[in-house]
Amino acid sequence: MSGHDPNSPRHLKHYFHDVNQQYETSKFAMWAFILTEVLTFAGLFVAYIVYRSWYPDMFIDAHKLLDVNKGLMNTIVLITSSLTMALAIWAIQKNNRKLSVLMLVATFLFAFVFLGIKYLEYSHKFEVGQLPGEFYSYMGPDAVHLNNPHIFFSIYFIMTGLHGLHVAIGMGLIAWLIYSTYKGNLTSEYYTPMEMIGIFWHLVDLIWIYLFPLFYLIG
Amino acid sequence: MSENTKQNYLNHPKGIMSWLMTLDHKRIGLMYLFSGILFFFLGGLIALVMRFELAAPGNDIISNDVYNNAYTLHGAIMIFLFIIPAIPGALGNILLPLMVGAKDVAFPRLNLASFYIYSFGALFAMYTIINGGVDTGWTFYTPYSTQSTSNVVPMTLGIFIIGFSSILTGLNFIATIHKMRIPGLTWYKLPLFVWALYGTSLVQITATPVLAITMVLLMLERFLGIGIFDPALGGDPVLYQHFFWFYSHPAVYIMILPAFGIISEIIPVHSRKKIWGYKFIAYSTLSIAFIGFLVWGHHMFTSGQSVFSQIVFSFITYFVGIPTGVKIFSWILTMYKGQVSFTPPMMYALSFLFLFTIGGLTGIFLGAVALDIHLHDTYFVVAHFHYVMQGGTIVAFLGGLHHWWPKSFGVMYNQTVANIAALGVFIGFNGTFFPQFLLGLRGMPRRYATYDEQFVELHSYSTFWSGILGISIFIAVMNLFWSFIKKNKVDPGSNPWGGMTLEWTHTSSPPHPHNFEEDPVLQHGPYDYDKVIVEKTYKK
Repeated sequence: MSGHDPNSPRHLKHYFHDVNQQYETSKFAMWAFILTEVLTFAGLFVAYIVYRSWYPDMFIDAHKLLDVNKGLMNTIVLITSSLTMALAIWAIQKNNRKLSVLMLVATFLFAFVFLGIKYLEYSHKFEVGQLPGEFYSYMGPDAVHLNNPHIFFSIYFIMTGLHGLHVAIGMGLIAWLIYSTYKGNLTSEYYTPMEMIGIFWHLVDLIWIYLFPLFYLIG
Repeated sequence: MSENTKQNYLNHPKGIMSWLMTLDHKRIGLMYLFSGILFFFLGGLIALVMRFELAAPGNDIISNDVYNNAYTLHGAIMIFLFIIPAIPGALGNILLPLMVGAKDVAFPRLNLASFYIYSFGALFAMYTIINGGVDTGWTFYTPYSTQSTSNVVPMTLGIFIIGFSSILTGLNFIATIHKMRIPGLTWYKLPLFVWALYGTSLVQITATPVLAITMVLLMLERFLGIGIFDPALGGDPVLYQHFFWFYSHPAVYIMILPAFGIISEIIPVHSRKKIWGYKFIAYSTLSIAFIGFLVWGHHMFTSGQSVFSQIVFSFITYFVGIPTGVKIFSWILTMYKGQVSFTPPMMYALSFLFLFTIGGLTGIFLGAVALDIHLHDTYFVVAHFHYVMQGGTIVAFLGGLHHWWPKSFGVMYNQTVANIAALGVFIGFNGTFFPQFLLGLRGMPRRYATYDEQFVELHSYSTFWSGILGISIFIAVMNLFWSFIKKNKVDPGSNPWGGMTLEWTHTSSPPHPHNFEEDPVLQHGPYDYDKVIVEKTYKK
C-alpha cells in the first residue's frame, strides 16, 4: 500500500512510517504497561500498609518466622540476573550474538534458581502450617502469642506469589528471546523485543527489592 | 455506479476468517459494536422485567431472589459488558486511527487480542446467568459476597478477564495517540474525541489493575479464606469497599469521558461553528480523569469512615463539578449564534446536555455528606446514576452512532424516524427516571422487589415510561440497522454533516481497508468553521 517502501526492513510493520516510529511506540507502550504493573502491586502494598498498621507487633514477630538467609540469597540472585539481562542487550547492540545468548541463558538460570529457593521456602511453610487465612495451623512457641498471624501470611503468600508468577512469565519470555536470538532474528539493527522484556525483567527485580525488606527485614 | 463498488474495509477481503482474524481496527470496532449492542439489549431486557415487577407492590412476576439476581446482572452486564468496553471498543477503534491520520492503531494484533479477551470474559458472565445467576449486586460487597452461594466466582472471574481487555485497549490507544499522529497534527489540533479517548485510556490503564487485584483477593477469600476482608479472621470488609471504589469511581469517568468526546464532535459540526474553549475542554478532560482518583470515599459515607475523611472526600467531590461545568458551558457557547440544525445526532446531543446537567447537579447533592446520609441507597441514587450513565453516556453513544453511521458503513438511515426515536428516548427517559428522584426523596430504598402503598403512583409512572423508553431505543437501533438491509448507500465521497476532521475530509465512506488512499496532509484544524467552508455533500 501507499507509503510502503520496498527497501524498508523486514521487521517494519506497514502501518508505521519508519523504524524509529515503530521503536518509539513499542517503548512508550512498554512503559505504560510498567505503570499498570506498578498499580497492580500498589493495591497489595496498600493491604500490607493497612494491616501492618492494625497489627504492628504481630507483623514484627511474624516476620521472624521467615528465613532471612534464603530471602537475601534470592535478592542477590535476582539483582545479578538483572545485570546479565542488561549485558545481553549490550552484547546484541554490539552484534555479539553468542555473548547475548549466553547472557540470556544465565538470566534464565538465575530466574530458575530464584524460583527454586522460593519453592524451598514455601514447602517449609506448608509443612509447619504457616499458611494464609483459614489454613494457618502453626502453633510453635514463637507464635502462640501472635494476634492473627494468618493475615501476615495471607499477604506474604499473595505478594510473593504474584511476584513469583511474574518471574515464571519472565522465564517464558526469556526462553523465547534465547530462541529468537539464537536463530538470528534479533540483531543490532532490531532488538526491540529484548529491550522491552529487559524493562519488564528489571521491574520484576525492582518489586522484589521492595518485598524483601518489607517482609524479611522489619523490626 | 462504479464508485459504489469500490474496495472498502467492509467488502475486502471477504470470508468469515478474514473477519475473525482481522487486524483492521475498523472491523474490530464493528465486532465490538455488535457484541456491545447485544449485551445492551440483554441488560435492557432485564431492566424492563424489573420495571414491570415494580409496576405494583408485591411479588407479581418474579420472586425476591430472582429480583436480586436481576439487578445484579443488569448492573454487571450494562457496566462491564456494554458501557466500559463498547464506546472505546467500538467508536474509539473505528475512529481513533482515522482521526489521527494513521493506517491502524499502534498494535493491531493486541487490539484483536483485546476483543477476544473481552469475549472470553463475557463467556464467564453468560455462564453465570445459565448457572442460576448471582445476587450480590454489581459491587460484590464483602462479607455477603464471600458467603453468598450464588455464582460470585464466575462473575468476578469474568470481570477480572474483561479488565485485561480494557487495559490493553487503553495501552493501545495511548500509544496510538502519542506516536501515530501524522506530521503537523499537534496536540491542540487533535479532535476533542481523541482527547477524550486519551483521558479514558489513562484511567483504564491506571485504575483497572486495582480492580483486577481486588477481584483476585475476593476470589482467594472465597477459595482459601485468606481473611483479608473477613472480620472473623481479623480482616476488614470495608477495605474491600475502598479497593472496589478506587477502581469503580474512576471507572465512571471511563464511562462518561468518551461521551463528552462524542458531544464535543457533534455540537460544532451540527452548529457549523468553531468549538468554544478548545483548550478548556481538552484540559477539563484530563482534570476530570485526575480528580476522579481522589473522590472514591463519597460512595462510603455510611460505611463508617471518620468524619474528617468524609469532609475531605465530600470537598474534593465538589471539584469534579468545575471541569464538568466548563464543558457544559463551552458546548452551549459553541451553539450560540451557530447554524444549529436538528439532525438526529444533534437531537441526541441536545438531550445529553439536558439530561447530563440534571445527572451532574444531583451528583453534587449526593456529594454533600449530610444530604447523602439521608439519600444513600435510595432511588435518588438510582435516578442520579441513570441520568449520568444512560441519559449521559448511552444518549451520547446513540448520538455518536447516528453521527458516524454514514461514515463507518456508507449507508444513511431514515432521519425522520431517527428524530422521532430520539424524542421518544428523551421523553421516555425523563418519564422513567424523574419520578425516581421523588421516590428516593420520600425514602424508597433501592434493591427491593416490592414497596409500600404510598409509592404506587410514582412507581407506576416510572414503569409506564420505561416501556416507551425501551421501544424508542429499539426503534432507534433498528432504524440504523434497517439502512444496512435497505442498502440506502451514500456517495463514497460524501460528507453529510460537513465535518472537518480527517475521517470526513480524507477517507471515503466506508473507508478504504488501509484508511487513506494516500497519506493525508492536514489542511486545517478540526473545527475551523470560521476560516474554511466545508460543503455538506450527500447523495443517494
